[in-house]
Amino acid sequence: MRFYEHESKALFARQGLPLGKSGLARSGDEARRIAAEIGAPVVLKSQVLSGGRMKAGAVKFADTPDAAAKAFDAILPIVVNGQRAESVLVEEKSPIAQEYYVGVTWDGRRKRPVLIFSDMGGIDIEEVAEQHPDHVSKTHVSTLLPFTPRLAKEAVGATGVTGPELNRLTPIAAALVEVFLRYDLTLAEINPLARLDDGRFVVLDGHVDMEAEAREIHRKLLEEIGIRPEETRQARPPTDFEIRGAQVDAADHRGVAGNVVEFDGNLGLVIGAGGGSLTLFDAVRQQGGRPANYCEIGGNPSVQKACELTKLVLSKPGVEKIAVMMNVVSNTRVDIVARGVVKGCVESGRDPAETIAIFRIPGSWEDEGFKILKKYGVEYCDRSVSMYEAAGKAVAKLSAGGTT
Amino acid sequence: MSILITKDTTFIVQGITGREAVSLTRENLAYGAKIVGGVTPGRAGRDVYGVPVHDCVRDITAKTRVDGSVVCVPPRFTRDAVFEAIENGVRLIVVVTERIPRREVAQMVELANLRGARIIGPNCLGIISPGEAKMGGIGGPAEDTRKAYAKGPVGVMSRSGGMTTEIANTLTAAGLGQSTAVSIGGDAIIGSTYAELMPLYEADPETKAIAIYSEPGGRMEAELAEWVAEHRSRLPIVAFMAGRFMDEMPGMRFGHAGTIVEGKADTTTDKIERLRNAGISVAERIEEIPDLIRQRLAEAV
Amino acid sequence: MAGMFIDVKVDAKIASDPEAAKKLVEVCPVSIFAQENGGGLRIVAENLDECVLCDLCIEAVAKGGVEVIRLYDR
Repeated sequence: MRFYEHESKALFARQGLPLGKSGLARSGDEARRIAAEIGAPVVLKSQVLSGGRMKAGAVKFADTPDAAAKAFDAILPIVVNGQRAESVLVEEKSPIAQEYYVGVTWDGRRKRPVLIFSDMGGIDIEEVAEQHPDHVSKTHVSTLLPFTPRLAKEAVGATGVTGPELNRLTPIAAALVEVFLRYDLTLAEINPLARLDDGRFVVLDGHVDMEAEAREIHRKLLEEIGIRPEETRQARPPTDFEIRGAQVDAADHRGVAGNVVEFDGNLGLVIGAGGGSLTLFDAVRQQGGRPANYCEIGGNPSVQKACELTKLVLSKPGVEKIAVMMNVVSNTRVDIVARGVVKGCVESGRDPAETIAIFRIPGSWEDEGFKILKKYGVEYCDRSVSMYEAAGKAVAKLSAGGTT
Repeated sequence: MSILITKDTTFIVQGITGREAVSLTRENLAYGAKIVGGVTPGRAGRDVYGVPVHDCVRDITAKTRVDGSVVCVPPRFTRDAVFEAIENGVRLIVVVTERIPRREVAQMVELANLRGARIIGPNCLGIISPGEAKMGGIGGPAEDTRKAYAKGPVGVMSRSGGMTTEIANTLTAAGLGQSTAVSIGGDAIIGSTYAELMPLYEADPETKAIAIYSEPGGRMEAELAEWVAEHRSRLPIVAFMAGRFMDEMPGMRFGHAGTIVEGKADTTTDKIERLRNAGISVAERIEEIPDLIRQRLAEAV
Repeated sequence: MAGMFIDVKVDAKIASDPEAAKKLVEVCPVSIFAQENGGGLRIVAENLDECVLCDLCIEAVAKGGVEVIRLYDR
């Protein structure tokens, strides 16, 4: 879950990282007031959950409060990689002597956090690592032993930095590791970290990602920073359909019927589980189908939950038929899902036999499930029909139905 | 033979009185597993399908040999449960629980490495050596498990628990049994990756080929590709890559916690290329896996 | 009122026995049974379709006391 720059900086401030004077503006007047309070030239930065702000023109400099107000008005409407800003960070502009990079992330192969440091900041770190490998250091951190600053010192020193810079950079890198560990982050990054003309260090830009699983543990912090529980912070904001999907899942603790993602096709999908859904979504597209949605059934959802998910998918304009498919199930019960989807069709005023293009969930309690489907005239298949073939049957039915 | 577990493997279930653990215990017993005890603090003296419940792991390890543990406790207690198993000498730990923060998983893995223990999972369904035993919910009820899994020459590793069974079922239907199938877990950090399990399969004379299920996100496939290239593995590998549509949707999380495209190396396109360059066959569909394995086995002779 | 897939029939004698009613409420994992204040048994119609066919209610009372009917079997 990505934080906005101003939220990342609020987190950094808690750990004593050095920041310039700043304020968050939601209007031109606010930008003017903040710039006047700072009393010096400022930089205005659009608050979006994406890189590439500079390129998009969403970062501007202003020497006076009036210029700051004007810059605000220019920046706010700019869409950066599909993200629209609601606020702009107004920050003191600093005279820079040198830029550095400090980042902490997980190394999935070593299964440890890794502290990445470079004395060539301000540009893409991957590029630096490729072109100037001796200017980038990677230092792994234990999650069991207490973290002490010597690792940060070694990380900084490995790029050839020495003298007073080494001693000033060490606590900053150490503090970033501590932020990373304390708040269950998956990324904590300062780029650039600037050494100013007067020798001070300031975090110019930074961003953090928090692990979704840890949101509950850090609920209080998120509340203080102003991140609401319903904010998904995915690459794009959730649609109304997706919000209703999340509600279906949350309304009943039994099993999973969620992770609904909206697409613009005409074949509704009631699919599962985690890996099965990925496989089936690919299969539908490979068979020439256009999915209306992605979703995941998992565990043992109640009949009601499967029913509500079915109703939701059927409520989407343009959805004529649904395909109900999963991998061979061992935990989820075939009969329970069968009841749920049949009920969902009936409660939506549709004939299950017409609406369910194919039902392919083999596995636990399948005989019981198949009896239900037979009774309602729904076409189903057992494990002898592959996921790919089942997807093909669903797609064929939709095209045969003379869709527009 | 098989890897990790045989019919003689003794194990315990931590959190045995929970809803999922109860059915897992019944299913494993019915498949022939030797479950020598269960743990739920405060519930000592009860039993679950004849398996005695204890308060602490050491109450069992003091009296009996315990080779493994299935950890099936809520996320906020999981790290402690895994530590308890490791510190009481348990060497194979299957972590079923999902939604554990990465930092805690990393701590479990670090301790396991220090003590010479192995973790499978988290967020997995466990291990099965068909015809021998299973450890975890993999395959479901014993009768369903017997339909999908059969003893044979193929080692299976999968980031998805459900797809482990789908692949095994496809292999079984085609007359190819499995030596051991491992649901390795769907999280970004897991106890045992493909490459870390490969040496075990490599050393198992019964395993003749490997089938893997894979997804976007992480560097596990790259690690496998490097391992294969470096070790000149005797085992032909056939991989299936799901979630190809995700390449077009960076930043969106689908499926498991570890499944997200954040950079080029996370995409299926990149992974498929790396796997193929290492001589690993990549199946376009699940049903192609058995034929690809047969082809590769025939080439090897 | 029956569900769409499942109906449960309880013998009149069992339904009016507070002890049996209590037992049924306890064993059912999906809350199909409820006990009225007076002790008599009430069937919770909206939960009928959630029945997981565990047969625990059938085993909880005297043989033939409770019947679980799969309406799709007919």
